[in-house]
Amino acid sequence: MSFVPPARHLLRARDLADARYFEPLDVDDLARAAGLSRAHFSREFRRAFGEAPHSYLLTRRLERAAALLRTTDRSVTDVCFSVGLQSVGSFTTSFKRMFGESPTAYRVSFPPATLQARVPACVVRFYGRPQHRTFREDSGSARL
Amino acid sequence: MIKIANAQLWVHDQDEALAFYTQKLGFEVRSDVTLAEMGNFRWLAVGPAGQDDTSIVLMAIPGAPVMDSETADQVRELMGKGFAGTIFLTTEDCQASYEELKGRGVEFVEAPEERPYGIDSGFRDPSGNHFRLTQVREEALA
Repeated sequence: MSFVPPARHLLRARDLADARYFEPLDVDDLARAAGLSRAHFSREFRRAFGEAPHSYLLTRRLERAAALLRTTDRSVTDVCFSVGLQSVGSFTTSFKRMFGESPTAYRVSFPPATLQARVPACVVRFYGRPQHRTFREDSGSARL
Repeated sequence: MIKIANAQLWVHDQDEALAFYTQKLGFEVRSDVTLAEMGNFRWLAVGPAGQDDTSIVLMAIPGAPVMDSETADQVRELMGKGFAGTIFLTTEDCQASYEELKGRGVEFVEAPEERPYGIDSGFRDPSGNHFRLTQVREEALA
């Protein structure tokens, strides 16, 4: 087996952040994936990729959170936990810092998530059919 | 008519690459020839079964005089960081291919996910080369 470039181990750690950001991962887990001590790992990661591992992991989580805000109607709290973050308060703060607006404001600036739902034609036909009503029901005698 | 025949990827170990591409990815060996008269240069090419006219050449990073050691180190470093190249694969069923490759030990960086252009996933070869595995949406093909 030939010599493996050290960067390959650092990439393994970055890949772990990309693949399992939704788990309660931290920098110690990433350092373990690279097979390095935490202090050495952070230094080497920054040298290879130009940013600290904790900031890579956080921005990956925020990127995924932004995607969930755009494409789902799940609550901000739910989105926060779904990307592996534990505190809604610090999620909102970091989100604002990176994206320049709160998660809620960010979501509002995009078309509603319902427009992206690719619901099969049969569902549209089943669920889109209105309840039959007559004019008589309008006068208050409606009964289901 | 001009066609793409081979595309080349650097790998840090040809034997390891060969095992990965054939046993885990399920590619066929197209060519594996070592030329003694050229300093044991090994031309190693693999490709997907059913697509005979395209292959990936798995190239060892050469030493001097082909490549000076500083350049070779830079290539090795870029490859290790995952910035040395990407191959875009397509499949009819991304989820099924994902399960199949994962079952054979391919480590995915991204599980299949809906994108505007289709269902997309990503993994790496042992050298750090990036692969996309995409089920292209039919409207996107039209």
